Amino acid sequence: MTEAATTLPAAGTLSITDPRVIRAIELVWREATLLDAKDYHAWEALYADDGIYVVPIDRDADSFDDRLNMVYDDARMRSMRVVRMTEGFAIAAVDAATTVRTVSRFVPTTVTDDEVSLKAAQILVAFKRGRHDFWAGDVDYVVRLGADAGADRLVRKVVRLIDAEGAVPAAGFLL
Amino acid sequence: MTTLHGPIDGAFDAATVNDLEPADLVLPDRVAGRMYTDPGIFEQEMSRIFERTWVWVAHESELPKAGSFKTTTVGRQPVIVARDRKGNINTMLNRCRHRGASVCEQRTGHANGFTCPYHAWSYGLDGKLRGLPYPDGYEGVMDKSGVALQRLRTESYGGMVFATFADEDELEPLEDFLGDVKLWIDRFMKQGGGYPIKVLGTHQFRFKGNWKIQLENTTDGYHFPIVHRSWMASVDAETAEMMSFMTDPAATTHDLGNGHSVMEMVPEHSDLDVDDGTEPLQERFADLVEALGAQGLDSGSVRRLVRAMHGTGFNLNLFPNVSMSISFLRVLRPISADETVIEHVALGPDGPPEIVDPVNRERLRIHEHFQGPFGFGTPDDAEGWDRVQRGAAAAPEMPIMVNRGLGREEPSPEGWPTSHVTDETGMRAAYGMWKRMMSDD
Repeated sequence: MTEAATTLPAAGTLSITDPRVIRAIELVWREATLLDAKDYHAWEALYADDGIYVVPIDRDADSFDDRLNMVYDDARMRSMRVVRMTEGFAIAAVDAATTVRTVSRFVPTTVTDDEVSLKAAQILVAFKRGRHDFWAGDVDYVVRLGADAGADRLVRKVVRLIDAEGAVPAAGFLL
Repeated sequence: MTTLHGPIDGAFDAATVNDLEPADLVLPDRVAGRMYTDPGIFEQEMSRIFERTWVWVAHESELPKAGSFKTTTVGRQPVIVARDRKGNINTMLNRCRHRGASVCEQRTGHANGFTCPYHAWSYGLDGKLRGLPYPDGYEGVMDKSGVALQRLRTESYGGMVFATFADEDELEPLEDFLGDVKLWIDRFMKQGGGYPIKVLGTHQFRFKGNWKIQLENTTDGYHFPIVHRSWMASVDAETAEMMSFMTDPAATTHDLGNGHSVMEMVPEHSDLDVDDGTEPLQERFADLVEALGAQGLDSGSVRRLVRAMHGTGFNLNLFPNVSMSISFLRVLRPISADETVIEHVALGPDGPPEIVDPVNRERLRIHEHFQGPFGFGTPDDAEGWDRVQRGAAAAPEMPIMVNRGLGREEPSPEGWPTSHVTDETGMRAAYGMWKRMMSDD
């Protein structure tokens, strides 16, 4: 996509071999693993208190307050969502699809000692009752680096599904 | 009072149920499970119902000015709904008159007209053919002035735009079709709190199940505390209390005729103009109340807007494809016997940005909390519907029961057959209309 290309830093300026970027990617992969494992309590702990988790409908949107989104979670909503996914009352979560996701095509867009921003692709396959559903999207991550890797936190994750403006299945899992 | 019917089996026979005419699959208190699964019945539903009655296609706010358009379907047929320069709203088949290509593939937008990408036949906002390239080939063959995208009859009430393939001889005007529904549409629109209503955004999701499962759902008060226990547990106590209608005798469902019904879950919010001032505004909106006051809005106007934050107190179910549900529209689009697309259209007041933007920000968050493919409500509904479709594959003769409350259904003072909000009066109304439209006579 052209708008993505224009926001990339010049080739050769930022590298995924940068130790700070490696830490951010490790956090992203940890998050993906926890979501596939449906370990939502551990997942929630990866987010900063001021972190947002967004699945917009408008793929071009960068601000989400004044538009309808599929998911627009601050810490309060995220916490309620974790309760919903784990307490056993939500029949969609109780009988959720099994998921496997791959996050790759990482491109760092800003790297400082405090924060790393990444662009990535996520391909997720969800299996339930004989059906495979495919969920593909671009994902933007912002990771705040802590004193050590264990203190790194997500401050922003935006999942832009390729079919965000179309009809997707209702889901009992998270992207 | 209607007489109670027999046991929950025995109405249909396994040896003959597949030979019955569709209309014979609907009895006053039950319908055959085959109605969810039979592709032949689905085909007849498209031609006998969706192409023969008024189908909701748009809210007028989606077409704010000349050139505004959206694409959708009437039944399975793709259509464009567009506002022309005279201000008229036109519904047109999205199909070029030359070789059949679709002429528009954007979901919404603004255009001067529609040009087929294949041979560049171009049509106006009213569907008339305006031009085609190299016209000499049509000299003496075709008079361009008579060519247009096929138009559907289009009429509106209260901002709700409907279209139909049926002509005047086959189908009454929209307002006659709606009848007593009009009163409820008027009430629904009062949630603008003194402002008109506009569309804020649309969630779309699909489920592997028959469209009638969703048609039933918006008049199914019985499922709410069961399926939506997770949502109820996540909202503030005031909202949970507001939706605790299970044992409230004042919460009722009315059959409004022509398959339409209304389910009054929060009767004190049925007519938002009726307000004795004793109901406290919800604590969660305290900041909003303050912000609106700071904009110079008087306390009465603030109260009107904030008391309507959750919408109205009812679901108004219009046969066959739209429910005006509390604060949003739930639109169903049948895809096949076992697949349906649902749209959840978020609504809010349309007025000065400094007033309506903070209100609509709250309304958007409330909508996201319940609706959409990752909401706290919709995925649980979809799971229930998926299970109905899978279960209905068993024993096509076994009935789907819609008998709840038959023993306590009585006419309201207005003459509407009425029972408790957890009863299946609305489903019986819809299936009565289905039976009528699917009958040969």
